[in-house]
Amino acid sequence: MDDIYKEYEGKIPEGIIADVQSSLPDKVSKAQLKSIMQKVLEEYEKSRIEAGEAVGLISAQSVGEPGTQMTLNTFHFAGVSEFNVTVGLPRIIEILDGRQNISTPMMEIYLKEPYSKGKDIKQIAESIKQTEFRDFIKEITLEITEGKLDVKLDLEKVKRVDLSEAKLLKIFEKSVKGFTFKQNGDMITLKSKGKSENVNELYKLKEKLKSLYVSGIKGITQVLPVKREDEYVIMTAGSNLKEVFKLDYVDTVRTTTNDIHEIQAVLGIEASRQAVINEVNKVIEEQGLNIDIRHIMLIADIMSFSGKVRGITRYGVVSDKSSVLARASFETPIKHIMEAAFVGEIDKLTSVVENVMINQVIPVGTGLPELRSTIKK
Amino acid sequence: MDENIPVYKKIDKIKFGILSPKMIRQMASAKVVTPELYDKEGYPVDGGLMDTRLGVIDPGLKCKTCGSKLKECTGHFGYIELARPVVHIKFIKLILDLMRCSCKECGRVLIPDEEIKKSVKRLSRAGKMKDARAKLLLVKQTIVKLRTISKCPHCKAKLDKIRLEKPSTFFEGEKRLSPIEIRTRLEKIPDTDIELFGLNPKVMRPEWGILTLLPIPPVTMRPSITLESGERSEDDLTHKLGDVVRINQRLFENINAGAPEIIIEDLWDLLQYHITTFFDNNVAQLPPARHRSGQPLKTITERIKSKEGRIRHNLAGKRTNFSSRTVISPDSMIDLDEIGVPKVIAMKLTVPERITSWNFEYLKEYVRRGPKVYPGANYIVRPDGKKKKITDETKEQMIEELQEGYVVERHLIEEDVAIFNRQPSLHRMSMMCHKIKVMPGLTFRLNPAVCAPYNADFDGDEMNLHVPQTEEARAEAEILMEVRTQLISPRYGLGIIACNHDSIGGNYMLTKSLEMKREDAVQLLASVGVEEFGDLPKIERVNGRDIFSVLIPNDFEFIGKTRDGTKVVFKKGKLLEGYMDSANLGSGKGLLIRNLQTRYGADTTLKILGRIFRLGVKTLLMHGFTAAFSDTDLGVNGQAELQSILDEADKKVNTLIANYEKKELEPFPGRSLAETLELKILEVLNKARNDAGRVVSKSMGEDKNLLIMAKSGARGNIINLAQMAAVVGQQALRGKRIERGYRGRTLSCFKAGDLRSAQRGFIANGFRQGLKPYEFFFMAMTGRDSLMDTALRTPKSGYLYRRLANAMQDLKVEYDGSVRNSSKKIIQFKYGDDGIDVSKSEAGKINVKRIIESVMEGE
Repeated sequence: MDDIYKEYEGKIPEGIIADVQSSLPDKVSKAQLKSIMQKVLEEYEKSRIEAGEAVGLISAQSVGEPGTQMTLNTFHFAGVSEFNVTVGLPRIIEILDGRQNISTPMMEIYLKEPYSKGKDIKQIAESIKQTEFRDFIKEITLEITEGKLDVKLDLEKVKRVDLSEAKLLKIFEKSVKGFTFKQNGDMITLKSKGKSENVNELYKLKEKLKSLYVSGIKGITQVLPVKREDEYVIMTAGSNLKEVFKLDYVDTVRTTTNDIHEIQAVLGIEASRQAVINEVNKVIEEQGLNIDIRHIMLIADIMSFSGKVRGITRYGVVSDKSSVLARASFETPIKHIMEAAFVGEIDKLTSVVENVMINQVIPVGTGLPELRSTIKK
Repeated sequence: MDENIPVYKKIDKIKFGILSPKMIRQMASAKVVTPELYDKEGYPVDGGLMDTRLGVIDPGLKCKTCGSKLKECTGHFGYIELARPVVHIKFIKLILDLMRCSCKECGRVLIPDEEIKKSVKRLSRAGKMKDARAKLLLVKQTIVKLRTISKCPHCKAKLDKIRLEKPSTFFEGEKRLSPIEIRTRLEKIPDTDIELFGLNPKVMRPEWGILTLLPIPPVTMRPSITLESGERSEDDLTHKLGDVVRINQRLFENINAGAPEIIIEDLWDLLQYHITTFFDNNVAQLPPARHRSGQPLKTITERIKSKEGRIRHNLAGKRTNFSSRTVISPDSMIDLDEIGVPKVIAMKLTVPERITSWNFEYLKEYVRRGPKVYPGANYIVRPDGKKKKITDETKEQMIEELQEGYVVERHLIEEDVAIFNRQPSLHRMSMMCHKIKVMPGLTFRLNPAVCAPYNADFDGDEMNLHVPQTEEARAEAEILMEVRTQLISPRYGLGIIACNHDSIGGNYMLTKSLEMKREDAVQLLASVGVEEFGDLPKIERVNGRDIFSVLIPNDFEFIGKTRDGTKVVFKKGKLLEGYMDSANLGSGKGLLIRNLQTRYGADTTLKILGRIFRLGVKTLLMHGFTAAFSDTDLGVNGQAELQSILDEADKKVNTLIANYEKKELEPFPGRSLAETLELKILEVLNKARNDAGRVVSKSMGEDKNLLIMAKSGARGNIINLAQMAAVVGQQALRGKRIERGYRGRTLSCFKAGDLRSAQRGFIANGFRQGLKPYEFFFMAMTGRDSLMDTALRTPKSGYLYRRLANAMQDLKVEYDGSVRNSSKKIIQFKYGDDGIDVSKSEAGKINVKRIIESVMEGE
């Protein structure tokens, strides 16, 4: 059997061979398999894409056309109705723009055993979440007349996050240099060391204290352990792939984020290409639309073939075009024409729009074949 | 085709560059010295802006430069000598960079000699290895570095900071630099140093950015229009140039007369302003130059830029002849690949046919019938390209004149093809090639089955028709754009042209429950276009499945499923089990249609599909089909069940609210109590509506036409029915119940803080009963919200599409199977990793299962 598969290796894509293998009934004779493979090969050859096909435009149309059918509703409750996630057209635009700061970053953190079975799941989740000092404050009062700041701690909360009081205070102490610091049970009193009772300074301190970073991973604002099939996964709002990967109970193979630039920084360009595909696909499926994966792959490829994820904008992919006229026909034509003139750029008229502009045959599809002959003198 | 053009020349490349003053003088055919345009007789003045040496726009005149008349002469450039040099506004940034990074004394770049070589090398490597972008980036880095140097490394001169006061005045320290000074400095920079800025000294020298001569564009690109009153109205560019010439003359005179410096400076600034606005009338710090009416002038930049500019309006998109546009209307009796063209249009649109010895007589007949009798001809074209209109008077003479090599532009006839289009042309199926069918009436007729790809309906839509004019165009249209080649969408690899609406409903009824006399069946089939009735069982009463099976080829085998999972079995072209619905016939799914196509090819499928479509429609015509008010009747039991569902939901919501007020509600993690309550209520109410849907479909009665429509997938769904018959349901704004309006309440008729369902936008009535006033209001709120959503979405997705199309239009599959862009860089090694064309696949895959089955059964 294997030698038959071998024979067709390279002629038929692996995926299709695997497809045959998986859907083959138990009792198949060699001859039957052979004729199956032969027919599959024939069918495959028939379905091959033809040279010159303008696949880029087809993909653009395939993604652009259903755009009108997508909802604009920015927010949606993903799955368990706990998180706000950008979906629909805005999300697609966000991905294809290659935006650095996406509007709703999110992570799915998978865990190694035994944590994935639920061991300490709540504590782990809480420890990932970024906590600020304000989370532990019950009350904060600024006494203007006495020039002091009273902070009342919520000790119960401190315990819940698995953080010792001493540790918290240490962090606290570090950031209040220049102030005297007195603790009395859950009350902390701060006073300026200098003689001047500058209220303004105290006020600034108060604001600073509130957003003082205490523990957890920066950027992660919400956590939620979810049971998925037979294991626990932590969903988070906010994303920080780099830091999460450093935790030793995290399954780095499956853990992912929806921030493509983060994936690029941590895992490289191939991973971010796949991330583009996955993210676009997620939106499309969620909207109940049907777009073939090949189109999305091509878009992901053109966004990432330069080695960096670049958006489909005038600063990104379009600015890379070799033709001056093609760039000029998109946006900011004057800028492109002037720049071309400064360096004496030559437009070799190798793509589509330039040739449309000067009324020549476009070099795709049936415009591809050329005839060359030497004229006898 | 035309012998008059023996060699077809092709533009190989276009080189961009900057005009040097020398070039400007060389290519000019006139020097403009006076702002006057015409003399007393209305004749263009020599040395004026409309000088006939610059080309002609009047029909009677001849160009003095090339001797050709209007339309033959493309025009010639002229120039003006500027009294004082002026900065070109588009060069400002470049000049600023150059001034900052070069020495004012020796003109060298502020990089020590030893490093210059290295930089040049680095630059040229970047240019070769990567692209122009990488080079530009490097240049930018060097510029940033050099900006702050205050001592020249070559001649040790002390340098002051150069500052630009927008839009176009340069300062060195506190001293203003005149364009003359700037020019002399730029002249000093040696060629080798210019390369460091990424510039090519062969095509440009920086001092050319300071204009000493201004080229005058030819008259032909700024033609004047003669108004009805006989008055001439000049083009915006001519107006602007007039200003430039006038001020220039004044400046000359003042300089020669030795006027005080301050007057000269003022005039100089004014000249700068006019020349700046001549190039760009939208410079940030300058007031735009205006007409007397106050409307801003459209100068060169505005002519090129934006959607209405030259590039996007005239170059990337062009107007076409031989096209027509009118309202569309449906006609399921014509074939899918046909289009009904009104006779009046068929007599206006023409197809050129060249006379040969074989078609001489045949074409003569067309000419003989002339333009007024239908299959006639409108024009003949002589071999020298001269076009003559056929009229009743000249007809006979023309027939005499006709000989081989002449072209007859004859009326559109039924053998012709044309490209049919509906905007927005979002995908390639928006332009398809149809066969012409000339019909009475004034609208284009199309088969409703091809509405899906065009996204057309008949509420007043208009569509366009384009008639290809050459053999190549016709061949491409027929081979690449014919409807039969577009049956499968390249988006998902399934049929897009398929049955819809009535035809699905009709076939559903036919194959599910109908039965009729054999002669009626024959009648029905005949009206659909079937001529051979041997397949119809010879019994008194035949059932719908047998009738349907007549349309299917006799060796067709198929096992599929309906929408609700019932098995559908075709054996030997007979529908044995199951019935037809949108899963088998509809677009986007259409499994039956898809299988027919893989079996029998596009031509047969198209024919069968046309018949199936008509069969559905005709069945409904014969049987009758109406959505009646009584269809929404649920009966006593149904009504009671519905009421209990609603009461139950109401009760549940009230308990939730009570728990919430007692703070007994368990909040979802990461959510506040109020949010949790909202989510829980939404869940309850949505469930109520879905339950209502179930009750409706249960108690409506199988034979109700509304239910047939929903179940067959013809139109509408169960939710729609439930909204009519039972309950409209929760109205949601931004994913939440309605909560805006007054403080604490949605409408003034409610108590503040009331969280119950009806008070927050739950509509407990159906359309059948009618809505309460407040319910109506809530529905209007969500209705408007969704209108806004659509209005905002269309331009957004349109822009996304434009960006995608622009970025990806030059990607194509090469002969080696890889996908590359126009600079031959590889984007994908194999298209889609397996090289399969989606529009030739089945949902993007090769149907391995079918092959295996066919092999297993065959042996």
